[in-house]
Amino acid sequence: MTHIAVVDYGMGNLRSVAKALEHVAPHARVEVTDDPARVRAAQRVVFPGQGAMPDCMRELDQRKLRPAVIEAAREKPFLGLCIGLQMLFDASEEGPAAGLGLLAGQVRHFPAERMFAPDGERLKVPHMGWNQVYRQGEHPLWSGIADGSRFYFVHSYYVEPHDSGVGAATARYGLDFTCAVARDNLFAVQFHPEKSAGAGLALLSNFVHWNP
Amino acid sequence: MGLAKRIIPCLDVNAGRVVKGVNFVGLRDAGDPVEIARRYDEQGADEVTFLDITASSDGRGLIIPIIEAVSAQVFIPLTVGGGVREVTDVRRLLNAGADKVSINTSAVQNPRLVADAAERFGSQCIVVAIDAKRANTPSGWEVFTHGGRNGTGLDAIAWAEHCASLGAGELLLTSMDRDGTKEGFDLDLTRAVADAVGVPVIASGGVGGLQHLCDGVLKGHADAVLAASIFHYGEFTVRQAKDFMAAQGIEVRL
Repeated sequence: MTHIAVVDYGMGNLRSVAKALEHVAPHARVEVTDDPARVRAAQRVVFPGQGAMPDCMRELDQRKLRPAVIEAAREKPFLGLCIGLQMLFDASEEGPAAGLGLLAGQVRHFPAERMFAPDGERLKVPHMGWNQVYRQGEHPLWSGIADGSRFYFVHSYYVEPHDSGVGAATARYGLDFTCAVARDNLFAVQFHPEKSAGAGLALLSNFVHWNP
Repeated sequence: MGLAKRIIPCLDVNAGRVVKGVNFVGLRDAGDPVEIARRYDEQGADEVTFLDITASSDGRGLIIPIIEAVSAQVFIPLTVGGGVREVTDVRRLLNAGADKVSINTSAVQNPRLVADAAERFGSQCIVVAIDAKRANTPSGWEVFTHGGRNGTGLDAIAWAEHCASLGAGELLLTSMDRDGTKEGFDLDLTRAVADAVGVPVIASGGVGGLQHLCDGVLKGHADAVLAASIFHYGEFTVRQAKDFMAAQGIEVRL
């Protein structure tokens, strides 16, 4: 039985993530855990996040989860969600705490001067709702999902990778930003697949069956 | 193409049951929140809002198992409001599976609650619900509480701006003049608030037909539109509403 660990470092509700995984993988053991040993024991790791990235980093370290998360991100199928994507990077404009540094780049706030739609309409921040996701190249996690499908976003910060080769998808909100990254066994998205109806469940199902 | 305008059906929950007739073909139990939420999900609803209208405090906790059950089976965003008084209420609802918690009367009585909740859980999950009515205030609208019964003296636009500055990630704006009338949103109010704040605004109150939804977006500048009766009584499906909006050039998730 596949053992999937959902890393719980005390920032927000992971119930929806776990329920969505159970929904697409009824035979898997989905475990929400703050125990580094359980993260190490899992075959697949989901790394969610809510709230502010500096707070997330602090809570992660208080639970001594950082080494286990870094290990998982290097070794086994690993899915970062929302702030779990942002934390993979070096640093964020949201606060001084450094990220995990697994991917080179910054996390930036949507710049006020760019927050206009092509028709001149002012764009609100947070970027909240269903936006289209355009893939950059093929990836097993996009299998069966139409390019340009809509996923549910809620965020005010976005990642800016130094290496454009890690980009797996972009979305447009005032500017084109990277909303998914992929490298080897690691995949991470800014949107919430657990709240993105059919397209989101398809992505989670692809993750559960992914053998990088 | 970009961010879609959202359509949000709103369900009133009283002591654990959905009230107001939900008229779906073949619905076994018109009061079952899980089945109703699932139907709306299948129709393409972008979110579902649950409003706890339970009057007695002993029945109020019954919304928790509902949210737990719905969030385990319906994978779209869920907003829950009604009777939220303290940070611990927000925490309980989020832990039950709510993605956003809506605060109304308590935000007026204790604005610190909005700031504390946003600080603790993030602005993305804190919605302030504003019930506004035309009145003699600087903008022409006053904030009311307790389901529209009590005037507050607060100017609705100034209050909306203040809520956003406190950390609300979204505003749910209901016109108490229009609520239940089926005459359409108060578009002047909607536009005044939507243009004043930098956070998304959900228009509510008065929807009687599909053109009203379009007007809320095109004339009211709302980011999302909320309606109850036109969907509950089976007049229109969410899918029909979206097709209608798309035909007027509004970007929706189809």
